Amino acid sequence: MSRLLVEVVGASVRLGDHQALENVDLALHGGEIVSLIGPNGAGKSTLVKLVLGIIEADSGRVTRAPGLRFAYMPQRLAIDPTLPIDVDRFLDLPHRHPAAERQAALARVGIAGLGRRPLQALSGGELQRVLLARALLRRPDLLVLDEPAAGIDYQGQAAFFGLIDSVRREQGCGILVVSHDLHLVMAATDRVVCLNRHVCCSGTPEAVGDDPGYLALFGPRTAAALARYHHHHDHEHALSGEVAHPTDCGRR
Amino acid sequence: MLPEFLLRGWLAGLALAAVAGPLGCFVVWRRMAYFGDTLAHGALLGVTLGLVTGIDLMPAVAVTSALIALLVVLMQRQRTLATDTLLGILAHSGIAIGLVLLGLVGAVRVDLLGYLFGDVLAVRWQDVAVAVIGGAAVLAVLRHYWPQLLFATLHDEMARAEGTPTTRLRLVLMLLVALVIAAAMKIVGILLITSMLIIPPAAARQLSATPEAMAVIAAGLGGLAVTLGLALSWQADTPAGASIVVMALAIFVATQAIGPLVARRLGC
Repeated sequence: MSRLLVEVVGASVRLGDHQALENVDLALHGGEIVSLIGPNGAGKSTLVKLVLGIIEADSGRVTRAPGLRFAYMPQRLAIDPTLPIDVDRFLDLPHRHPAAERQAALARVGIAGLGRRPLQALSGGELQRVLLARALLRRPDLLVLDEPAAGIDYQGQAAFFGLIDSVRREQGCGILVVSHDLHLVMAATDRVVCLNRHVCCSGTPEAVGDDPGYLALFGPRTAAALARYHHHHDHEHALSGEVAHPTDCGRR
Repeated sequence: MLPEFLLRGWLAGLALAAVAGPLGCFVVWRRMAYFGDTLAHGALLGVTLGLVTGIDLMPAVAVTSALIALLVVLMQRQRTLATDTLLGILAHSGIAIGLVLLGLVGAVRVDLLGYLFGDVLAVRWQDVAVAVIGGAAVLAVLRHYWPQLLFATLHDEMARAEGTPTTRLRLVLMLLVALVIAAAMKIVGILLITSMLIIPPAAARQLSATPEAMAVIAAGLGGLAVTLGLALSWQADTPAGASIVVMALAIFVATQAIGPLVARRLGC
């Protein structure tokens, strides 16, 4: 078994009058991609904050491997237009890196040569890769991605998750992906944790897709769409194909 | 030969500009302009407290502004009122309480206009020393926290997730603004202080490709505004604080015009 990075045991969190998390267990290991899914308000971001140590559990415990280094990739980056900053300078936050390392990181995520581009001039997909490059420069033990597919088209998502998968293989870091949609994380995930204040089910994507708890949470329509997704996934060309699948279009 | 009072005002003004430029960049990037205004308005309360208690005015104003900054942070924890509403309440209550207290103290006839619009004649050598030493200290603190502040400005949650103490940074930034406001009071006056934090950085934006360049250029343009403003005031007998702000505005307008040319040369 690879290194245990973070272990959450029986954790409950109250935010004001609201019970955000109740008796939640979660274990994150090095080299493993875990997807945290659940509807809005299910406590996904609360659990992430708990893992990162931004908030404390009211009961239960959270243990982290000593010297654990996090990298966090936010959903989006709204930069004030009055802040002049290019990609290179951004990669140097909060700590500077040698130029060669920055260039290697940009090349690794497929955007070599964008170093001098102002952050405000990047497309959604480019910005996502810049955020990933900065995260990789930290050489994290655990990489947390918050809704990484937001605002990216379908092909872009598939390519991005492919990239995440190979990063995990190269760096051996653990990866925690937060998403409201199992579809998006299906392609590259080892384990899915379905959250609705408590962990309602967890396991491989296939197992979770069939779980009654998942079906109850996301409804039979989503589940049916997931079944179709499985079908398409068996045919590799469908993922990279230009034409969107009619069934998917109907659902989205 | 420059009259000595003008020299004192000029040196204090340059020290102020050197600090207000870089610090003001964060005020602009983090959209804290109204916060700056609130502290400036609250400074009048500090003036009153200083007059009533007999404490030197600059420390009295610095402490009062710092307390108001702390109050803002505390009040932001409740979620019913938006921050600009809170700031509005504090800004105008600060002025009102200050004026009422002045009235209660009665007999003391205070030159309010001097505090509201600045009184560069009143800058003493010890004020210059405080501005230079204090300014250097503020710049040292700002330099120390610069990368983290920049990181937190770009994305607060990302910074927090990776271990940056963003709440402490916000507090540090607010306290620095409070100090600068106290130091700037005599030179540009309470009502015009925020302009020194905002106009030079806004002008520098057009000429800068990096955050650090914007900070340095803002300091330089602020110094230029102080110099031109005091020159105008000396030649045309106009109020010094207002003249400095008018010159800052003129510089801003000029950079808006030449900005696109510079941007083309910077390649962005």
